[in-house]
Amino acid sequence: MTRIPTAPPADRFAASRGKSAFPWILTAAFVASVAFSLREAQVQPGVLFDRQAAANVARFVAGMFPPQLSPDFLALMLRPAVETLQISVMGTFIAVLIGIPLGLLATSSLSWSGVLHERASRRGRWLLGFVPYAVSRAVLSVFRAIPEYVWAFMFVRAVGLGPFPGVLAIGVAYGGMLGKVYSEILEGVGPRPLETLHAAGASRGAIVLYGVVPQALPNVIAYTLYRWECAIRASAVLGFVGAGGLGQQIELSMRMFQFDEVLTLLGILFLLVAGVDFVSGRIRARVA
Amino acid sequence: MYELDGVRKVFAPGPAALEDVSLTIGRGEHVAFIGPSGAGKTTLFRILNLTLRPTAGRLRFDGGDASALSDAGLRQARTRIGTIYQQQNLVGRLRVVHNVLAGNLGRWSAVQALASLAVPRVAPAERALAQVGIPEKLWARTDELSGGQQQRVAIARVLVQDPDVILADEPVSSVDPSLASSIVGLLRDLSASAAKTLCVNLHTVELALAYFPRIVGLRDGRVLFDLAPDKVTDELLGELYAGHGDAEVPFERMPGDKNPYGTACRPLRGFTR
Repeated sequence: MTRIPTAPPADRFAASRGKSAFPWILTAAFVASVAFSLREAQVQPGVLFDRQAAANVARFVAGMFPPQLSPDFLALMLRPAVETLQISVMGTFIAVLIGIPLGLLATSSLSWSGVLHERASRRGRWLLGFVPYAVSRAVLSVFRAIPEYVWAFMFVRAVGLGPFPGVLAIGVAYGGMLGKVYSEILEGVGPRPLETLHAAGASRGAIVLYGVVPQALPNVIAYTLYRWECAIRASAVLGFVGAGGLGQQIELSMRMFQFDEVLTLLGILFLLVAGVDFVSGRIRARVA
Repeated sequence: MYELDGVRKVFAPGPAALEDVSLTIGRGEHVAFIGPSGAGKTTLFRILNLTLRPTAGRLRFDGGDASALSDAGLRQARTRIGTIYQQQNLVGRLRVVHNVLAGNLGRWSAVQALASLAVPRVAPAERALAQVGIPEKLWARTDELSGGQQQRVAIARVLVQDPDVILADEPVSSVDPSLASSIVGLLRDLSASAAKTLCVNLHTVELALAYFPRIVGLRDGRVLFDLAPDKVTDELLGELYAGHGDAEVPFERMPGDKNPYGTACRPLRGFTR
């Protein structure tokens, strides 16, 4: 009796997959890197649970309750809370101002290749297209390679304590991220509508307006809003290096062992982040 | 309108996409191009709409040498050629009215283009949409339309552009077969009533033979025949499509209807026995 193999295709995929060494190499590399890092990073889970640490945690947590909810304190914290919001808004705004021009230049399909540049001379493309493209990519990389905390640290030295260095730090670091992502969004725009407009004799500006912008705009808005959400969180952390807002208050209360105030401040921060999440989520749903 | 003389197009080392194509297309003439996939039809259309340059040979558009055109002259010439593609060439997120009015972009400055996005002057778009039979879709978002309706929007855009030549590159290959003939008929009637030159590239031989007075068969980048439809014999068509017919590869079924992808699906390579 002949048996007809009836194994479903999925099994045959699994069978063929066993021949590749790649998954094994990947797994081995992962295990090795964890083992290596475990020792070097001084990971000692026991310390977290020994008596001393447990006592510290207990004191810290006990100190948090009840949270400081006196009207005086809340009234006093209103200003830093609003300041955090303002830092995030201004920081994101500056990031957009940096991200849009650099992101446009860093988009190869806009700056030096593709249908927009069919008749440009080789030399013209190099000087007016590729050079600004490469420079703006490099600038964007530097902006986002340096963490916003380090930027904040430097700006505090430059312009003094307060919210302004926080705004600048978010603006520069997030400007680098926004510019990079904008250029990827613009690069990913479907080329066919552009070719069609081009074939009908449309000018470069018109192709960008009718072909590129409508395709890219929803993603650009969504990503900018997402960055604004991140900026709220970041602006809280930036306060630790003296850049104003709720973070600075958290740092002060920590240093004075006022853990009940810390809990209140974390609660306020949570409400701010949740509120911003909610607003930006609603907007993103509308534009998508 | 067009004179092609020994046009050759090579993309990469290897066989040319087009080889020694010589054709004359008169003003107001209607021509259908047929041939198997990879015969060079789309390449030819991109040369005709002046977005590709021939590697060798001469292309004259409306009496002038196309390769001698300046940047401005090229743009000007392109505004006189309207192209309709298979699909995906409208901006889905824009409303229909803007996609239709985009036919004006060859004439408009950037400021006018921007102004139209804010405050479109709808009358020309309304007229064009009425001509293609979907006036009610003026304010619809383009990606919410069906494939056939989007193709009508693309035709409406060309009507607004008001070119001398309409090139339609497989305009109905992504459209329901029952709609295909109505769209090809629409193209032909609109071109005839406005005395425009019409070149259509078609997968469906029956449509070409039914609607066009001149049929050009392309195979392997060369013109195999250039005849009136009643002269296009079954032998010629057999020669045109020899070795290319998809119908020669029958659908295979998995044994015992075990195919999880549907009963009439051709199995992937490696799954057949």
